[in-house]
Amino acid sequence: MTVFLQYLVNGLSMGSVYAIIALGYTMVYGIAKMLNFAHGDVIMIGAYISFCVTSYLGLPAIVSVVAAVAVCTALGILIEGFAYKPLRQAGPLAVLITAIGVSYFLQNAAQLIWGATPKNFTSIVSFPVPDFLRAYNVSAVSLVTVVACLVIMAGLMWFTGKTKMGKAMRAVSEDKAAAQLMGINVNRTISMTFAIGSALAAIAGVLLCSYSPVLQPTTGSMPGIKAFTAAVFGGIGSIPGAFVGGILLGIIEAMAQAYISTSLANSIVFAVLIVVLLVKPAGLFGRYVPEKV
Amino acid sequence: MPKFEFERGKMVPVPSHSIVPERDVDSAPVLEALHLGIDFGGLKAVDDFNLTIGKTEIAGLIGPNGAGKTTVFNLLTKVYAPTRGTILLNGNDTSGKTVSQVNRMGIARTFQNIRLFNTMTVEENVKVGLHNTKAYSTLSGILRAPSYWRREAEAHDRALELLSIFDMQDLANHQAGSLPYGAQRRLEIVRALATNPSLLLLDEPAAGMNPSETAELMENIVKIRDTFNIAIMLIEHDMNLVMNICEGICVLNFGKVIAKGTAEEIQNNETVIEAYLGKQKEA
Amino acid sequence: MPNFLKNKKTRRDFVTYGLVVLAFVAVSLMQANHMIPRMIVGQLVPICAYIVMAISLNLVVGVAGDLSLGHAGFMSVGAYTGIVAATSLAEAVPNDAVRLVIALLAGAASAALAGFLVGIPVLRLSGDYLAIVTLAFGEIIKEIVTCLIVGVDERGLHVLFNLTGKLTVDDLGLAEGGAAIIKGAQGASGTETISTFFAGFLLVMVALVIVLNLVRSRAGRAILAVRDNRIAAESVGISTTKYRMIAFVVSAALAGAAGALFGNGFSQLSATKFDFNTSILILVFVVLGGLGNMRGSIVAATVLTILPEALRQFSDYRMLVYAIVLILVMICSNNPTIKGFVARVLPRRRSNEEEVSADA
Repeated sequence: MTVFLQYLVNGLSMGSVYAIIALGYTMVYGIAKMLNFAHGDVIMIGAYISFCVTSYLGLPAIVSVVAAVAVCTALGILIEGFAYKPLRQAGPLAVLITAIGVSYFLQNAAQLIWGATPKNFTSIVSFPVPDFLRAYNVSAVSLVTVVACLVIMAGLMWFTGKTKMGKAMRAVSEDKAAAQLMGINVNRTISMTFAIGSALAAIAGVLLCSYSPVLQPTTGSMPGIKAFTAAVFGGIGSIPGAFVGGILLGIIEAMAQAYISTSLANSIVFAVLIVVLLVKPAGLFGRYVPEKV
Repeated sequence: MPKFEFERGKMVPVPSHSIVPERDVDSAPVLEALHLGIDFGGLKAVDDFNLTIGKTEIAGLIGPNGAGKTTVFNLLTKVYAPTRGTILLNGNDTSGKTVSQVNRMGIARTFQNIRLFNTMTVEENVKVGLHNTKAYSTLSGILRAPSYWRREAEAHDRALELLSIFDMQDLANHQAGSLPYGAQRRLEIVRALATNPSLLLLDEPAAGMNPSETAELMENIVKIRDTFNIAIMLIEHDMNLVMNICEGICVLNFGKVIAKGTAEEIQNNETVIEAYLGKQKEA
Repeated sequence: MPNFLKNKKTRRDFVTYGLVVLAFVAVSLMQANHMIPRMIVGQLVPICAYIVMAISLNLVVGVAGDLSLGHAGFMSVGAYTGIVAATSLAEAVPNDAVRLVIALLAGAASAALAGFLVGIPVLRLSGDYLAIVTLAFGEIIKEIVTCLIVGVDERGLHVLFNLTGKLTVDDLGLAEGGAAIIKGAQGASGTETISTFFAGFLLVMVALVIVLNLVRSRAGRAILAVRDNRIAAESVGISTTKYRMIAFVVSAALAGAAGALFGNGFSQLSATKFDFNTSILILVFVVLGGLGNMRGSIVAATVLTILPEALRQFSDYRMLVYAIVLILVMICSNNPTIKGFVARVLPRRRSNEEEVSADA
């Protein structure tokens, strides 16, 4: 039983990281309707920034997180403005290939700056955890991750539901033309969404590397893809969906690694996604809109 | 002879609902819709729709905007699965069939918002319609077997022949998406005819056409019926067209049939006038 | 002019075939006179394999309109089946050419089967959902291959599925003189390199003929119709699932053959060679070459395979340059303002593009 709970805790903490990435992904997808393959690489950049601030400048962890968020937010706005904005009217494939180009660019830029050899990332948080919790593998990082994830989700729900900007985002994701006619600045709203998504990616990057300390230019790709899977799982565009999807994905992955096969863990995660999509084509919390004839 | 409704294995006798033209009385009807209905989230979009169409009848389906006319077409062609009721096509139950299967059973249609294969040429559009009538296997296509050459030649000739109904054979090599609006509507009709249907459904065929184009279309609809010996049902807002060529007219309002009959009967029907113009008292 | 060449599209196809033959003859002559750099000579077989991959993916993405992000998975299935077939038949079929043909057919057949099985769930979806599920299947195939340990001895083939990651080649229990073919995560090694440039050229021609003939036939029209307007296609009696499946399976089979060609062209092949990045690489060929434009796919696959090699002098910067070029090309070819500007400056280019979009 203890062992099972330990795996569950692992799954929950990793799932919370996925959920944070998925929340950012789902916001961006909801508004831009594009598979943003560069999202995972923004995570990696965030982690590198945090790594530099703590290791090279010797500043406290919290400063490094703020720096990572600031850099990634700016990066998100820049990517959107330079690469995606000129393609607003283009087909989905052109945007997809551009996103892949951006992903290559970030990975190779990171390799030029920081080298291909993995950096050893030191966890940003460490405080004593009570013994009875530690017995179940609960670490300081996992506590912080789960709390951060909950806070972020609640914050996003409030933001999209109550604030003017958030409502504008929902309007733009429904219908860009109509939103524009209602006086919403569509371009600014989209930039804002990318900013939020990238800020979340930065936080996720720092937390991700606090778990698995190996930091290299490709660190972000697989978690990025898996987090997108989580977002699809929960129903793309839905905030609670991304949260639930991320957590479930983390747990499924942890259990698969523990009880079935380490080398097939990703396959099992993907297989579950496929089954979910076949049963519920729009994901767990998604809305299925049939084509009008 | 009493009619029967086949529903969940039970046979329930139902009365004959519609009058078919004199000449079609002796042959079996091409279509019988019995108690057809569909709900969208609790709303009865169409309810208790009953209709019989004679073998060579031109039938009209009219009603105010949002009455559910296109929904009826979508039910008949299985784009939507009916919540209730039965559709008999040439006496065969179509329940559980897909859109493509229903087409192979004999219903072809056009769309209110034109749906052509825009990147293909006019001739290719018609050839897609000939998919099942000029068939050969995928493998003979890849290997260019004799059946490929034979069938392709047949399809080419047939496509031009069908296009000639609307004098469109000269447009054969034009891209479908680049045709003017009226020509696109006519091409949709040709493509539907290519599938060799026994019932042709036309969703607002005259929409966007000028009076002379409409007059020509009216002649052509009758001509199509006479040459192909098929039944045609059309949704149309142009009352002149409907009243002139439709032998039986069915009026739909809020998803329900409010009147059925000949053009004359419909024109003098109180309920129909009310549905279109509103009650006198309220007006 | 022969009767069948009167059709504009048929003529276009034959021009394509002619160009490929010409390119092959030219490269062969240059090779015979040692005019091709060594590093490119080594790339000739992979280039052919990538061309076939691009043609086959173009059938799914360009012609059928289904965005597949897991095409490398089918290449992987074909590659390992092809390697196993060729290696295990080394004694039974001493002729390299015959053995290669068998390997290609085996690769195509196994990938077609995989394509059919994957297609059943995948083709119930569309758009981005389909894309993400094909990506998932690509990863699943990669991980399954990583778990395979295959060896051969006089008693036949031995296959182990390394679920726990603890098994090794020794667990196969091979008899004296037996050889391991696929070694789990280490992939295949010691493969006899029987793939030749000529075989690659023939495969490219076969793939071209199959895909172009398919597209110009009844089934191809049905596939295009489903892409253009699914509901209209169904309304004229076309089963959309059937024709999307035909495109998917034919494409998987060709990818399998390409994989077998590729796999038998290297003595060593890592298990993770055919990952997501390879799928993306092929997709880039297809998109840059033009959706539905097979000639474009061939050119893009060739140029983009040679380009990174040619850019080696920039070493560290080459992938960065590649990324920037990719982004700029996509923006320049898709942004209406820039496109309009280019059209004004070079009016000829515009008519070219129209021909491409009408081609498909």
